[in-house]
Amino acid sequence: MTDFPRIEPLGEAAWLVRFADRLDDGANRACLAFRAGLLTDPPDNVAETASSLGSVLVRMDDPRGADAVLSALERRLADRDWQAVPLPPRRLWRIPCCYDGDAAPEIEEAAALAGLSVPDAVAALSTTRVRVLALGFVPGMPYLGTLPPEWDLPRRSDLTPRVPEGALVVAVRQLVLFGTSSPTGWRQVGLTAFGCFRQDRDPPIALRAGDEVVFPAIDAEHLTDLQGAADGLGGSVAEDLE
Amino acid sequence: MIEILACGPLTTVQDAGRPGHLSLGLARGGAADRQALLDAAALLSGVAAPGIESAGAPLRLRPDVDCTIALTGAPMRVTAGGKPLGWHASHVVQAGIVLDLKPSGEGVYSYIHVAGGLDVRPVMGSAAAHLIAGIGAALHPGDRLRIRAPATPAAATLVRPDDRYAGGTLRCVATPQTALFRKADLDRFEGTAFTRATQGNRQGIKLDPAGAGFATEGQLNLLSDFVLPGDVQMTGDGIPYILGPECQTTGGYPRIAHVVTADLPRALQAPPGAVLRFAFVDLPTARAAVLRPPAVAPTLRDPAAMADLLSYDLIDGVIDAKGEPWRST
Repeated sequence: MTDFPRIEPLGEAAWLVRFADRLDDGANRACLAFRAGLLTDPPDNVAETASSLGSVLVRMDDPRGADAVLSALERRLADRDWQAVPLPPRRLWRIPCCYDGDAAPEIEEAAALAGLSVPDAVAALSTTRVRVLALGFVPGMPYLGTLPPEWDLPRRSDLTPRVPEGALVVAVRQLVLFGTSSPTGWRQVGLTAFGCFRQDRDPPIALRAGDEVVFPAIDAEHLTDLQGAADGLGGSVAEDLE
Repeated sequence: MIEILACGPLTTVQDAGRPGHLSLGLARGGAADRQALLDAAALLSGVAAPGIESAGAPLRLRPDVDCTIALTGAPMRVTAGGKPLGWHASHVVQAGIVLDLKPSGEGVYSYIHVAGGLDVRPVMGSAAAHLIAGIGAALHPGDRLRIRAPATPAAATLVRPDDRYAGGTLRCVATPQTALFRKADLDRFEGTAFTRATQGNRQGIKLDPAGAGFATEGQLNLLSDFVLPGDVQMTGDGIPYILGPECQTTGGYPRIAHVVTADLPRALQAPPGAVLRFAFVDLPTARAAVLRPPAVAPTLRDPAAMADLLSYDLIDGVIDAKGEPWRST
């Protein structure tokens, strides 16, 4: 993969530092580490940075100074092997999730596709620690990974008409915790009471790219209790990781 | 206070949006026509935002204090207490007067700003409604908006309003996916007169290619990555959408081009049926093309249109008694 990392223009006012063009855990770690470096020590004329599945966006205040920003980014890329840099400080979230009944309408189908019994699938999903690879689609909505290879499930070609906000869905070795009620081709295997975005909460968006998450199993009654929580955090707790 | 007496369903409070949250999946949002914000700020010689954005529907407003309002963006036909007011201009209006605004068919997004700005509680640093994200709410008849610091700066007019309300040619740059399209398709993209379809909102507008779509070569499994307002995104069936201020922040569809920031107002102001074309430019050209504050001039009133002519002191230093004041020399 000598093509990566590479830097491409994104519009006239941003650069895209790309570490991979397919899902790759090492590349995502490199994105997080590279962006953390930009946050700690921002080059001149950088207005905003963000990391995604395999790339880092660097938006400039003044596009007329783009060449100098490009040089600074090239120097930083050459500076070290970003895949080998330890992940920046982050948090471990425990977000309770119900994997039963109406909360998990496609758990049986997903388990079968993964070659697992339903109890084994729930055991795996409720204990595997995943990382927020990126936030997107709607504000604060996490793409989480990377799950073991048996979870490389295809997306459904026929969309599920609507999954509820808080749904935990699975496909292509990733989980998504839905931030809105929406149609999807991913399979719903659980339901949380976690709100990805609450404009009246401080902060409105709780998760950050790089945070780690586990989804411990709870029963439907417990989920109903958590859905009443005013903070919309669904009974989750977070601890700092170094 | 300004009271909304009547408005369409897509009337919102907007400002320059909330940049800086792409890492959280939140698009900048803000006014669809950012040039209209610059125009309003120049006309009010200072604080203008946040203001009201109205998309193609009649609007009736009533301020309860004397204030100066600026009318920018898509032109509307306006009366204040029954008397016509010019667009691309600011006007001092009296408390209690009813402003009646009707779409003219030119453009899409009209802006009504008031000197001092509206007093709307900011969320994450901006008062802009971002309905897709669930921030703020559309305005409704009966809503009353506080004015932060009502003021009455003198009336002014844009010296040369531009023509961004009827489509035209959009300058664009290549994206990381442009090279995935065949050369012949890129040539055809630049040669096509696209029609702005009826489908469109603050997320983006659909274009009708009037011919075959624009598919990429075997790249339907792109890794999701950053998407920006101005990106020209191709859906799976090759139909282009120009993305707007409330677009998603990441996506997996290929973007054939990116409309330069300075031309995005023209793109989003094109009404359904307008013709849009694309012309690739190099990066230095695109980077030099920034939105600029417009030239404004104090409004010179036409005495024939002044019903209250006799209340003005017409010989206060500006009239040359030996000349012919109503004829240009």
